[in-house]
Amino acid sequence: MNKAVNPKDLTSDDDYGPLYAARKKVYPQSVHGTFRRIKWGLMAFCLGVYYFLPFVRWNRGLGAPSQAVLIDLPNSRFYFFFIELWPQEVYYFTGLLIVAAVALFLMNSVGGRIWCGYLCPQTVWTDLFYAVERFVEGDRRERMMKDKSVGALTIRRVSEIALKNFIWLMIAWWTGGAWVLYFNDAPTLVKQLLTFQAPALAYIWIGILTATTFVLAGYMREQVCTYMCPWPRIQAALTDEWALNVTYRYDRGEKRTSVKKAAELRALGEHVGDCIDCYQCVAVCPTGIDIRDGAQMGCIQCGLCIDACDNVMTKIGRPTRLIAYDNDINIHRRQEGKAPIYRIVRPRTMVYSAIIAAVGGIMIYVLATRTLLDINVLHDRNPVAVRLSDGSIRNAYTARLLNKSGHDRVIAIDIDGPVNSTIHVVGADSVTPDRPMIVIPRDSTSELRLLVTAPAEGNPEKSIPVRFHVTDIGLGEAASTTDNFVAP
Amino acid sequence: MSEHQGEFDSVTGRSTTGHEWDGIKELNTPLPRWWVITFYLTIVWAIGYWIVYPAWPLISGNTRGVLGYSSRADVAVELANLDKIRGDKMVALGAASLADIEKDPALLALARAKGKTVFGDNCAPCHGSGAAGAKGFPNLNDDDWLWGGTLDQIMQTIQFGARSGHAKTHEGQMLAFGKDGVLKPDEIVTVANYVRSLAGLPTRNGYDAAKGGKIFDDNCVACHGDGGKGNQELGAPNLTDKIWLYGSDEATLIETITNGRAGVMPAWEGRLDPATIKAMAVYVHSLGGGK
Repeated sequence: MNKAVNPKDLTSDDDYGPLYAARKKVYPQSVHGTFRRIKWGLMAFCLGVYYFLPFVRWNRGLGAPSQAVLIDLPNSRFYFFFIELWPQEVYYFTGLLIVAAVALFLMNSVGGRIWCGYLCPQTVWTDLFYAVERFVEGDRRERMMKDKSVGALTIRRVSEIALKNFIWLMIAWWTGGAWVLYFNDAPTLVKQLLTFQAPALAYIWIGILTATTFVLAGYMREQVCTYMCPWPRIQAALTDEWALNVTYRYDRGEKRTSVKKAAELRALGEHVGDCIDCYQCVAVCPTGIDIRDGAQMGCIQCGLCIDACDNVMTKIGRPTRLIAYDNDINIHRRQEGKAPIYRIVRPRTMVYSAIIAAVGGIMIYVLATRTLLDINVLHDRNPVAVRLSDGSIRNAYTARLLNKSGHDRVIAIDIDGPVNSTIHVVGADSVTPDRPMIVIPRDSTSELRLLVTAPAEGNPEKSIPVRFHVTDIGLGEAASTTDNFVAP
Repeated sequence: MSEHQGEFDSVTGRSTTGHEWDGIKELNTPLPRWWVITFYLTIVWAIGYWIVYPAWPLISGNTRGVLGYSSRADVAVELANLDKIRGDKMVALGAASLADIEKDPALLALARAKGKTVFGDNCAPCHGSGAAGAKGFPNLNDDDWLWGGTLDQIMQTIQFGARSGHAKTHEGQMLAFGKDGVLKPDEIVTVANYVRSLAGLPTRNGYDAAKGGKIFDDNCVACHGDGGKGNQELGAPNLTDKIWLYGSDEATLIETITNGRAGVMPAWEGRLDPATIKAMAVYVHSLGGGK
């Protein structure tokens, strides 16, 4: 098929094709319709949550932060409404990540790149920035004209560009500002930021996120999706023939003709396609592709071409949804005169749903049965055992007691192990010598040195299991752990 | 791979790069230009980095960079900061009494952490990293103390040592009864067996308990006390318990009685600051054997 090219014929760069190409700027046209409305709605919801969630309050009692969602790095705590997580409970996040990943797979196998088209921050903010650009500079045609007449840098044009960039910068700045509010008490931090009293780190993070938002949403736009993001490549491996993707129904669209000619041919009883080659689908595309070329990496499946095409089809009196969420199987079925079938429920989606349900179920169960009192014990390794002057044996342990509740606790420590064994806590008052009592302040851990002593008589084994019980003597809440008591 | 010679691909309407592997040809899909510009910028950045930061190795040393940055200087600054932060806490530790330190969870934690580190640096060579001791070097985890096991006694021993030459050091030693001709070899065997009997250990067949008791009363009671219960004023160990610094078998006891014993614990006053010595006393006391 390929014909050899004589190098002498390759005179311009276009013949060869350059190895590096300048970006072809995309000028998406405004569009109205179902999917545009869905996108506006989701944008309002996502950004609303992002910008205002830090200001939602949640009463956790005195001394505890009152912010509903807070990542408290200095104190290593994560607060989410009624949930408070400690660093050692990071596995909840693992579960959350598994659910998020599988949910992404599920979306993909049901409706293609729903994430890319509607929910990805890159898409949402780019969409918002395009709206600003359209508001300041006008729609597609005006923007193209203005960009072409470079020579005519009038005051009006310069001020337009300045205004657009200023609004972008303000949005980007709010975006960075909202980010840091998740890491500190929001109202306090806003006050500090306004009076320049906030920690330098807050300003640095706001600066970084302002810059990335401004550059990625204002200037990089679709290039982030086509050149930088790994997800388009990964999702191509996750999709299957039943997944519904934004599809040009070429069975209906081809052959493309003009409206007038189509009417003439139809009058003669010939088959003509519905596509009138108006390029409205291309004009509205935020990544500048032609959906009629089929599924492709550049397509983020935002559905705006569906709206554009529907508007045209309505105008020329043809049925809508020439471009729609569909797949190749149904195109072929229609070509063969069969009714299309949609299989949302199939093994792939069922497996994904089952994984989400299982991991989600485990997480909810673990969260519901999470104890607010816990003990970890570590046996001394050097020496493992000590012989005392009366011949009895002593083992030392480092115990860490965790009080995850919002109140101070009085904890009693009991052991269940070697015959006639006693326990002593270094530094603890010996009011009750056989049953040490410790106060653990609320929302904290205490490291204790525990000494377990047992007579050699009656404990002949080299290693005896020993169980440590901690009991909140006020509430009766208890926890325990097992270690070993070793003879020298 | 063939020479760079593009071909026109009539299927896609695009040219190839001219690269070919086993008959597979590559379409020319141009990279975005900003990508290659970014690449050049990284080179510029690298050159800037060479100028600003230490970078190139020289025969002795390296280029310093105009900022004069050094990771070693960074460490020095951070250590100084650490000292400043710890300063307040160590002052608090130095001001509190030993008993109060053990009662305050925060001070106890600090003393134990500090004590453990200092112990590892200074004491572990003799007493072992876990303070389990060795022959001649006491186990500090148990409840048998030569010079006393209260907080104050432990602190005193750390400060001034034992037979360390310090003016306030603990004095007193096990005399060399055999070498100095005080006891004859057979008397030493007899008294060694008597000492074993005090601790409830089996004795040699046919040993004369009455003679052993007489030798013990004449020579040993002065330091080890009636019945061999020991005397912490003199560092004389309790001979009736289960813990033996050098060993409880007959041969070791004969060696001890013949040649004497005088282990040395150095004085740490002046080598460690008072707050650190306090921390160490609390640490040793908290190991478990403290009285």
